[in-house]
Amino acid sequence: MATTRVLEWLGRFYIGLLLAFLYLPIIIMALMSFNVSPFYQLPFEWTTEWYASLWQNDQLIAATWNSVEIAVITTVICVVLGSAASLALYRYEFRGKKFLQALLFPPIAIPWLITGTAMLIFFFGVGIGRGLHAILLGHVALALPYVIVVVSARLQTFAPELEEAARSLGANQWQVTRRVTLPWIMPGVIAGGLFAFAVSFDQFVVSYFLATPGQTTLPVEIYAAIRKGFTPEINAVSTIIIVVSMALMLLTARFFKFGGEK
Amino acid sequence: MAAATASRSGLRSALPLLAPAYLWLTVAIFLPLSAMVFFSFMTELPLSGKPWTFTLGNYATFFSQSLYLTLLLASLRLGLEVTLWCVVIGYPAAYVLAKVLKGRSREAIFLLVILPFWSNGLVRIFSWAMVLREGGILDTALNAVLPFKINIDLMYSYPAVIIGLVHSYVPYMVLTCYLTLQAIDDSLIEAGRSLGASRLQVLKRVIIPLSMPGLVAGAALIFVPVVGSFMEPRILGGRTGTFYGTVIEDQFVAVFNWPLGAALSFILLAVVLVILAVASPVLRRAA
Repeated sequence: MATTRVLEWLGRFYIGLLLAFLYLPIIIMALMSFNVSPFYQLPFEWTTEWYASLWQNDQLIAATWNSVEIAVITTVICVVLGSAASLALYRYEFRGKKFLQALLFPPIAIPWLITGTAMLIFFFGVGIGRGLHAILLGHVALALPYVIVVVSARLQTFAPELEEAARSLGANQWQVTRRVTLPWIMPGVIAGGLFAFAVSFDQFVVSYFLATPGQTTLPVEIYAAIRKGFTPEINAVSTIIIVVSMALMLLTARFFKFGGEK
Repeated sequence: MAAATASRSGLRSALPLLAPAYLWLTVAIFLPLSAMVFFSFMTELPLSGKPWTFTLGNYATFFSQSLYLTLLLASLRLGLEVTLWCVVIGYPAAYVLAKVLKGRSREAIFLLVILPFWSNGLVRIFSWAMVLREGGILDTALNAVLPFKINIDLMYSYPAVIIGLVHSYVPYMVLTCYLTLQAIDDSLIEAGRSLGASRLQVLKRVIIPLSMPGLVAGAALIFVPVVGSFMEPRILGGRTGTFYGTVIEDQFVAVFNWPLGAALSFILLAVVLVILAVASPVLRRAA
């Protein structure tokens, strides 16, 4: 059994290496955002200069607000439309239901490069055009399938007898939904909402094809800055969004677990 | 009888709840994809004011100029290499997570592994630029440790693109393999061992076959987006980072030949769909 011990120890060591590989560049970027040298040279000297100049960068700030606004609106729309659709798919039997469920996978499976360029062509062709409204239209479509999948998964744990019991006690359809079903699926709805926010807030490819110079989001702005050359402000803003995204993911994980326990 | 009544009235009750979501998906996903196919057979965009006709010319361009086929093959190769690296790196990690670690430490480490792919992909790719360039962190650190002077400048090279993409996608492989490995009953492994099989035989005859659906799902989740990647090769590959995805990007943002871009996108979509169709029987067997 000594071999087993050694193998287990090797396994733990290996996981440590993988975590180092995953986190090393992220940690280095966070450190460099506090480094004096704008060309990321060592030795390391502490400064918060780049965060200060980030505040002065109106273009980046405007793009950040656009990203936040679009992510929030996307989340609200996706949660409402997605929960409604999930309820319908759960509650009713009808022909073509399997087909409608299968339709949720192309938006997830097709590379964003293809979806993004297709949206650009179509929106341009029918006169929707480009800009923040087009980006919002696209983000909702990308995030909606995730919300429906997550809320539907939560609904699988729901006992339909609860709805019947409420109905037999005299509740109407709306009361049953509001007082019985919605409270039950709430963890799924919140997890789905966090998913939607993350999909929208981190979205680069689709936003990139739909943005115009004045109407853009943070990732698109960062991409443009990276291609122009290195700017330490990008490190600062990147560090901020990595921290925000990871905090959101931790929240999502909490709600998923919450959903699993009940 | 009751079921038939339910299913007839079912659609009428379901429709108001379903319609908004599916209308949105139609306008923003399904109509655009159809429009892309349509535009790929045109000489000009109909709204550009110039006269347009139907043509097969955009597809002829793909097949007559070896450049496009070469780049598509290069992208497929890139997808294959990144997927293989993700298997090599991710599968053992998934195994350790599923079968060696227990309880709270397993949960915590699992979360740590999948946490990065919720941070912005673009930003993570950019962070590698700081590590890989000459005078960057890797270069400085190695020169500080090693007694002799070496120059590490991996930036703007093929390995840099591979490293960045593997870093971005390996959590998918860990996740999907972990889910299937965890479902394997430990008693199966013990039975194999007690019947005299070596560790390697158990791995080959029991563990890998049973976790195949996870491997295939992970491979599909990684291969498909990598073949269509353009941002990662642009940032980390520089001049060596020309792939099929970057050529499609160019048609839309630099050259403004949208019909050709649509044709190239559609060819990529067709290739992706064929690959998913090949993978789906294995996935369905898992479900």
